[in-house]
Amino acid sequence: MNMNDFSAAFGTALHLIIHLDTDLVAIVLLSLQVSLSAVLLAACIGLPIGAAVAVFRFPGRGVIIVLLNALMGLPPVVVGLMVYLMLSRAGPLGELGLLFTPMAMVIAQSLLVTPIIAALTRQTVADLHDEYAEQLRSMGVGPLRAIGTLLWDGRFSLLTGILAGFGRASAEVGAVIIVGGNINHVTRVMTTTIALETSKGNLALALGLGLILMLLALAVNGAAQVLRDSAQRAYG
Amino acid sequence: MLRRAFLVTLITLFVTLPLSAAERFITVASTTSTENSGLFDYLLPKFTEKTGIEARVVAVGTGQAIELARKGDADVLFVHHKPSEEKFVADGQGVKRFDVMYNDFVIVGPKSDPAGVKGMKDAAGAMKKIADSDSPFASRGDDSGTHKMELGLWKNAGVDVKAASGGWYRETGSGMGATLNTAGGMDAYALTDRATWLNFANKGDLEIVVEGDPKLFNQYGIILVNPEKHPHVKVKDGQAFIDWILSPEGQQVINGYEIKGHQAFFANASGS
Repeated sequence: MNMNDFSAAFGTALHLIIHLDTDLVAIVLLSLQVSLSAVLLAACIGLPIGAAVAVFRFPGRGVIIVLLNALMGLPPVVVGLMVYLMLSRAGPLGELGLLFTPMAMVIAQSLLVTPIIAALTRQTVADLHDEYAEQLRSMGVGPLRAIGTLLWDGRFSLLTGILAGFGRASAEVGAVIIVGGNINHVTRVMTTTIALETSKGNLALALGLGLILMLLALAVNGAAQVLRDSAQRAYG
Repeated sequence: MLRRAFLVTLITLFVTLPLSAAERFITVASTTSTENSGLFDYLLPKFTEKTGIEARVVAVGTGQAIELARKGDADVLFVHHKPSEEKFVADGQGVKRFDVMYNDFVIVGPKSDPAGVKGMKDAAGAMKKIADSDSPFASRGDDSGTHKMELGLWKNAGVDVKAASGGWYRETGSGMGATLNTAGGMDAYALTDRATWLNFANKGDLEIVVEGDPKLFNQYGIILVNPEKHPHVKVKDGQAFIDWILSPEGQQVINGYEIKGHQAFFANASGS
């Protein structure tokens, strides 16, 4: 790889974007679809778990917190392997026939992302809870309703945690390549395409695709920012 | 408004996730060499056009492909290590094995050729020289068909590569293309199938140094996964794929696939 390859990569990326290669568009859409779905699923699970751990006091809570924080570092390839063994025809969920489908990729990525969202939510909600515990108690708000209130109150900070989760999901290759199989036109996403083109020795094309993936991340984060701003204006 | 639109978009994305079983398809466990060579991109659309069956290829090393099939996660196995394939069938995992096509392996290495093997016709002899001169050699190290072939050649050459692991003998544990990238990066020799080599775009300073030894013969075989072991196997459509590959038409398609003017695979089904 030399400087020429870098400029070739920029050229390739530009060419691919301008010409809207149909295969590329399909791959980009599938990437977005899989990762956004995974993040949505992970948020539905991670937000309540994180908030509950922050608000409730129970034995073993400290252990759970350490566990949640540690699980943020789950290696994608290990998650991929676990999901593969679950979804394999020889595994407990083999009957569902989900292996090598986009749904399998969503499951793997949401397993990766859930601890990230849960751990960051726990911290955010715990900080808010410290601040408002007195007030909530004086208003006679029980812990369950407190969770809802605090999640709503912390929504702008929580968005950052969700975006961190999206970053993790859209950037990983280890899990999706195992459970998706990188099947052309079925489960091939941006990261697995980059891995494939690298192994074909098409380094400029691979790097060009990498640039497009970074643009996508930028677009998603930009959209989130616009959303946050408009919401902040609306609610003050 | 904006937020509601956003939420609706997200949920729509989720709900419209394509699920399996919507279309007629089979899953083929195959090797990185067939994928990286570009053969499938050329061959599969022709099969789908003829039969209406989509063939979904999961391209991994031969060892992993066999493992996938053994777990029942593929309908058809299309790999290149005859002894492992015969064992797969003997174990009752596969119905029957057929020869499909062949090409050959080549040894590639840096143009400077530190081991002095360029032009040799004896693969094992060349590998002995590489070992004796402590020249770096990048091995797949991933239990793939190419890796198994390489280990056989070392055995022929009487070289104990285990002792040299981490020294001049470097196991990448990766696919063919990734290993070639590594070999190019450290001026190492490597064993590769010819099709992947022809299609490989990052050759850098590497070139073919040894070819033409009959021992470097690379046979591909195809097997239907045994439905008695794995009731999910799509017998009819899987068999249709095998029948088409072995038919004069399929064989002609294989022979017609060229990379930069070179025929990449040579069909040799026995025409049964």
